[in-house]
Amino acid sequence: MSMHENSERPYVSVPVDTDFEVRSTNAMCVNQSEIDEPIYTKWKYSVAGILFGIILIKSEVVSWYRIQEMFRLQSFHMFGVIGSAVVVGMLSVLLIKKFNVKTIDGEPIKLEDKKFNKGQIYGGLLFGFGWAITGACPGPLFAQIGSGALAVIVTLFSAIAGTWTYGLLRDRLPH
Amino acid sequence: MPSWILDPWPWYVAGPLIGLTVPLLLIIGNKSFGISSSLRHVCAACMPAKIPFFQYDWKKEIWNLFFVFGVGVGGYLAAHFLSSGAAPIVDPRLTAELSSYGVQEAKGLVPLDLFSWEALTTTRGLIMMIGGGFLVGFGTRYAGGCTSGHAIMGLSNLQWPSLVATCCFMAGGFIMANLILPYLLKL
Repeated sequence: MSMHENSERPYVSVPVDTDFEVRSTNAMCVNQSEIDEPIYTKWKYSVAGILFGIILIKSEVVSWYRIQEMFRLQSFHMFGVIGSAVVVGMLSVLLIKKFNVKTIDGEPIKLEDKKFNKGQIYGGLLFGFGWAITGACPGPLFAQIGSGALAVIVTLFSAIAGTWTYGLLRDRLPH
Repeated sequence: MPSWILDPWPWYVAGPLIGLTVPLLLIIGNKSFGISSSLRHVCAACMPAKIPFFQYDWKKEIWNLFFVFGVGVGGYLAAHFLSSGAAPIVDPRLTAELSSYGVQEAKGLVPLDLFSWEALTTTRGLIMMIGGGFLVGFGTRYAGGCTSGHAIMGLSNLQWPSLVATCCFMAGGFIMANLILPYLLKL
């Protein structure tokens, strides 16, 4: 919670438990864990990221050319990758729910339902435009930079600026 | 290194592996898969500027930054140690179209005529790198997720808003690639 906000409006008490609400607004990926993991254990996510990055490069889904072929219906590759990823993901979530699979720390796995808002349409279209131009969604941007396409850092910074601008204009945009 | 590792992986190998990222992150730490939020956490950490959307404890989502750091390292490892370095195979129709815009034959992941430090000095490169990146960052947050968050995690969890978002990603991509991009590439 912002200290500044507090000092400017001293009579408004800042609720302490809305942090998750703010964090999960307009976000698919949120931390559902109640456990406060020590920082060194976070490296396991880097290991997962390394595996994911290798798959992104080896499957060429971070290739600008594959994205262009997808949107021109010139290749099945991307449709096959996304389609089979969704099928495997769905089966995994189904099995996790059916067998009440727990995390390695013994915590029950939680999945939040997402509410519809018009942002998914307007934002979705805008992201689609950007995806076809840059040939990259956010994950591939990181993988492309790692692979040596260093100029993509500019695209990444611009994407961060885009996210920031969304935050700034959020209340004035239709949702 | 055997050639089945060095060559590009077919969709039926890569797709299921990408799908397995969903249960992997859930099981190692109760984390829902998604990447675009990392951009938001960077904003919250570096320049929150009193904007309510960035007023949260970003350290609770720091796993996401560890994850994308890993994605970058994975990109490095795959490109330098697990690739043959052969030029990517590109559909001849796309190659022909691109060469008509002066975009040369494919060598790496991105055409250097469009995405490189030199390209930043051209109108077309500047619009595509800066404008394209901006749309990716603005659009994913407005939509509440990207290809990983909505198309993979959201659809895996049978969330219909994610299906709407995914259809809009694809619609936006088709419109841009076929109707608008040709004019940009002519610049």
